[in-house]
This record gives sequence, C-alpha cells and structure tokens, in this order.
Amino acid sequence: MELTIWGCRGSLATPGAETLKVGGNTTCVEVAANGTRVILDAGTGIRGLGRKLAADGVKRIDICLTHLHLDHIEGLGFFAPFYDPECEVDIWGPPSSVRSLRERISRYLSSPLFPIEISDLPARITFRDVPDGPWEIGALRLSTSAVSHPGTTLGYRVECDGAVLAFIPDHEPALGVELESLTSDWISGFPVAEGAALLMHDAQYTEDEYPRHVGWGHASVSQAVTFANMADVGRLLLFHHDPVHTDVDLERHCDRACELWQGDGDPPELAREGLELTL
Amino acid sequence: MSARRQKSLVLILARELASDLATPIYIADADENLVYFNEPAEKIAGRSFAETGEIPISEWVQMLTPVGADGKELSRDEMPGGIASRERRPAHASLGITGLDGRKREIATTAFPLLGPDGEFHGIMVIFWESG
Repeated sequence: MELTIWGCRGSLATPGAETLKVGGNTTCVEVAANGTRVILDAGTGIRGLGRKLAADGVKRIDICLTHLHLDHIEGLGFFAPFYDPECEVDIWGPPSSVRSLRERISRYLSSPLFPIEISDLPARITFRDVPDGPWEIGALRLSTSAVSHPGTTLGYRVECDGAVLAFIPDHEPALGVELESLTSDWISGFPVAEGAALLMHDAQYTEDEYPRHVGWGHASVSQAVTFANMADVGRLLLFHHDPVHTDVDLERHCDRACELWQGDGDPPELAREGLELTL
Repeated sequence: MSARRQKSLVLILARELASDLATPIYIADADENLVYFNEPAEKIAGRSFAETGEIPISEWVQMLTPVGADGKELSRDEMPGGIASRERRPAHASLGITGLDGRKREIATTAFPLLGPDGEFHGIMVIFWESG
C-alpha cells in the first residue's frame, strides 16, 4: 500500500513562508495498491492530486470523506478529473437520515458558494453512503466507525495484504474524560486504530491549548499519543495541524510527542505534504 | 485486544454526558444490556456501577423489583425503558422499586431511544429520580 500526503493542515489552508516545510493544504491522502486508488478526504490538497491523476490518464477514482466540514471537501470543485467526461468518480461519505450525501455536498458546490453545480460536472459522479460493515474497493478493504467530532464523522481503516492504515484526521477521543481511565470498548475510534501499522491522527492542539478548545472536536498532541499507545499502533503521524502553528511550532509539538511515546515502533512524526510512505 | 463489545459513538457520547450530570441516568445498549449508570443513579439503585458492571437489563429490572401504582410487579415490557427499547419512542411512568440496598423508593422515570444519524437504534437512555 503506497500512501502520499497531499494535505495535512486542519481547518483552513495556510500558505506562506512559515508553513513551507509541513505544508498549508487541508486534508487529502492518496492510497494506492495493486492498481486501486482511493483518496481520503478532499481538502485543498486534492487539487494537486487531481492534476497528477489527469496527467496520468486515470479514469476511475474513489474519494472517501471522513465528514463534510469545509476543510475536508473544499478542494472538490478544483479536482481536475471532475471535468473529464471519461472519468468515473465514486464519492463515499457518512450517512444521514435527513439528506443524501449529494444534497449535503451540494450545499457547498452550488450557488451562491460555487459557480458550478454538481449536475454540470462532466465526470460520472456517484455519491454513496459508506456501508455498515467492511467493503472492498478493488484491492483495498475498508471499514469505518463514527468518531467523536461535531457532526457525523468517520474514521477509516484501510487494509491490503495485511497492512493496515488508520485514518482519523479529526477526532476528540478524550472529550470529558481522561483516556487512561477508559477501557478500550469505551474509546471512540478504537476499532479503527487497533493494531494498525500506521495511524494518521488529529493532534491539533498542545496540552496548554486544549483546555480552551474542549468540544471543538480535536485532540491534543498528548491525547493523540495516548490514543495511539492504547491502540498499539506501529507508527503515529501527527495530523490536522492548526493554522496558527508554524513549522517551528510543529517541530516542538513533535518533540513533545516523542517524549510521551511508549510504543515499540518508530517515534511519532509530523504529517507533511509530499510525504510518501509504503506499508 | 478487548473482550468486551465496542460501544458505538452514540453510547460513548451518551455516557460522557451522563457522567457529568447530577441527574440519575442509566444507559442500555441495543441488545438490552445495562452498560452504564452514573453516580447519582447509584444512590437510587443502592449499588455502584463498579459493583454491578455490565449486566442484562432483565437482570437489572429483576434486582430492583419494580411495582406499579397498584402494587403489582411490573415486567420489563411495561416499564418506560422496555417501551423505549421495543417501540423506539419516549415513555414515562411513576413506579416503586426496591434498591439493591433494600430500601423501597418511589421514582419517576423517563426513557428515550438513542437513534444515530442514520436512524440506527443504539440503545436507550433512562432518567429516573425519587419522587416521594
């Protein structure tokens, strides 16, 4: 399973000299294995990925959305394959009993927020609620769990040939509790992360910042590390970087994560744009 | 690896809410297991959750021996929790119980179903407090 990070910034795209190293694009991760390609989230990072896919002549794409906050879907309108009539795109996302996935995404991809309607896009686009249980997209086996974050939000577990990626970019696993006080069956997102070779997890705040943001749906660096340790993951990538945090700030946060890390595997690292990994 | 069944996010958030309230609350899952009751509820139940642990709701009801206004013993199906679970709607009743500490109490209880964003039934939340 080959992974490429196209965006790992949280909340708002943050270009500029202070974020050059880690990158300013919002969430987007490309997963490729044995000819199958799945895109996790459609933040601004998906624009660059779309250009590459168009140049490579890719005609079949699946996009899996964790949730519909703007920083995870705002790149959709700039995704080049949407403008190719030969392209077939399935968009998977969280279910709702009130509105279809297409209706919910249309609230952004429509007037007055966007000049082009979904129905005007040339590609063949299908909107699908994620199923209750595991399902397969080509060579990849996927499963989801709802996780603690405002609005319906999913964590994705992606498996191929024994390798497991856990993707939980927006997650407040310790809302109102200390994680250490819980048994694993009461921890949000645990089934997604348990035993994964790699966990990409929300680490938006420092321990000092978190108390001012309780309930906003994000984790502190220490919570991310605790969650990863409890889930016994092989490797942790700190994800969903706060727009106010510079490259220098994030290096410091990563140092703190390494201090707290108790796992056997590699110490935590910062997710950064352009990072390519093989599982 | 966990031997216990993973709780859904709906149940996790319900428990987090209940654990921060002074209102006595218990929570049961979709399979009719009592999965949590908070500290205020311990005073009425007469025992702590740490002591009971997760138990089938039928066992929980049997332990409390609920009776209606006429003094007749109530079955699980006749209680608000049973109605909320079976019919997926809120229900309310006043009844008598015998706490696990042996004390008889008059309580009022309201139960409502916990339905997820896709309409899936995750369990029930039951509020109960001493009324007399």
